[in-house]
Amino acid sequence: MSKPLPQPNVVTQRFWSSCKDGRFEFQHCKACGHNQFPPRLTCTACHGADLGWLPSDGRGTVYSFTVVHRAPLESFKADVPYVIAIVALEEGVRAMVNLRGVDPEAVAIGMPIEVFFEPTEGEYPLPQARPR
Amino acid sequence: MASKAVITGVADTAVGKVEGSTSLGLQAEAAAAAVADAGLSLGDIDGVLCGYSFTEPHLMLSSVVSEFLGIKPSYSIAVQAGGATACAQVMQAAALIEAGICRHVLAVCGDNRLTGMSRDKAVAALSEVGHAQFERPYGISVPSAYALVAQRYMHDYGVTLEHLAGVAVAHRKHAMRNPKAQMRQPITLEDVAKSKPISTPLRLLDCCLISDGGAAVVISAADAARDTRKHGIGILGTGQMNTHEHIIASPSLTDFGCKQSSRQAFDRAGVTPADIDVAEIYDSFTITLLAELESIGFFARGEAGPAILGGALDLDGQLPCNTHGGLLSYAHSGAAGGMFHVVEAVRQLRGEAKGRQVASPELAFVHGDGGILSAHCSLVLGRN
Repeated sequence: MSKPLPQPNVVTQRFWSSCKDGRFEFQHCKACGHNQFPPRLTCTACHGADLGWLPSDGRGTVYSFTVVHRAPLESFKADVPYVIAIVALEEGVRAMVNLRGVDPEAVAIGMPIEVFFEPTEGEYPLPQARPR
Repeated sequence: MASKAVITGVADTAVGKVEGSTSLGLQAEAAAAAVADAGLSLGDIDGVLCGYSFTEPHLMLSSVVSEFLGIKPSYSIAVQAGGATACAQVMQAAALIEAGICRHVLAVCGDNRLTGMSRDKAVAALSEVGHAQFERPYGISVPSAYALVAQRYMHDYGVTLEHLAGVAVAHRKHAMRNPKAQMRQPITLEDVAKSKPISTPLRLLDCCLISDGGAAVVISAADAARDTRKHGIGILGTGQMNTHEHIIASPSLTDFGCKQSSRQAFDRAGVTPADIDVAEIYDSFTITLLAELESIGFFARGEAGPAILGGALDLDGQLPCNTHGGLLSYAHSGAAGGMFHVVEAVRQLRGEAKGRQVASPELAFVHGDGGILSAHCSLVLGRN
């Protein structure tokens, strides 16, 4: 069984297409200025529908993390221990990533990270992060 | 003020590894026992509120259960709010009674998660609560999502691994007094620290069990409850708050909707956390209970851990909590996991908690949380 891969839909297609081009994009509400991720149909702050897209510069910090020793699916068992982190990007949105290129024991909250794109078995690469 | 809706019957089945059990069978057994506990017959039930099942899922589970029981309720619906389901069923039942729609409502849950599916399958099925595009591709599981909460909570409030282990030990201590509990051998802080790492900082003994089991509660209109067998337990206040489902969308990793749901329940009951004599609070992981105790206001931030190590949750402690052993040591079988908390609160208030009875409790607090501290439902129950 392979890993779950992103299956873009009408709301998220723009995000995943941008990943292919090496950009992490989030939504920006033209009415109230709120930035949000993951993508929605409407603004979660003012509920307006006039949403645009902005690219993140991919810089942020570790907001929280965990080192996974017990994988939920067979397809992740070869990866343990792997790091899942919630990263806070400088533009004010948070995303889940795997932290790569770091000793799991050395990860700490507040650690500066940068987003990069990792190929998958599917059509779209996954945004991931590594220390910067 | 006397409540309009009262709990008249409670029951749970054998829990743990119940060979030969089925989801429907456990629900039927719990339902019949709860109705009998109330001194009613199944034919008296005019409302059925079901939870959900992993082993026998169905689009119309409530109808399936009623059909299996051979009853024809005038109101029937399934409730799905993860770990908040049981409390939400009771809240919904109370609302149906207060609205005059039902007289005797059966709230029933049951699943054979341990014998009906492998541990691996249960963990994999639970991981599907993760966001399909923005969480699951990263290998998220329910323990990992709670681990993200734990890591941040420890960082912000000085909670230590020993504090979390103290929660597990306190639950085991309760379970050792409960002959029905799935896990009764004593554990120490060191046992927790040495148990298998699951997702840091959570280890195996920080995580709830996977069990078979069913539980049911009968909620009756106060005037109809006069004919029932036992002293009714009043539903004095109820509350809910729903802030997100996926952990990436949670407004905070340290402050959760239990704060608002419990305040609503306390306000409606006209009581404060200090008035509560016994609490049964969702404990899917050690961090779950610790974060909830502090968010609800039973302890100040950072103070629950040291208090628990000092015995605060024990029978004679500041807040006797999860006196049956909780999801950590009694049992956790899906929606029924949360219903065990309701059943235990009623038994404590009735004085039926043999060998683990809190001294003359008047008020109980019950709380369920579903998802990743996403859906919250709180109940204040009392001797009417």
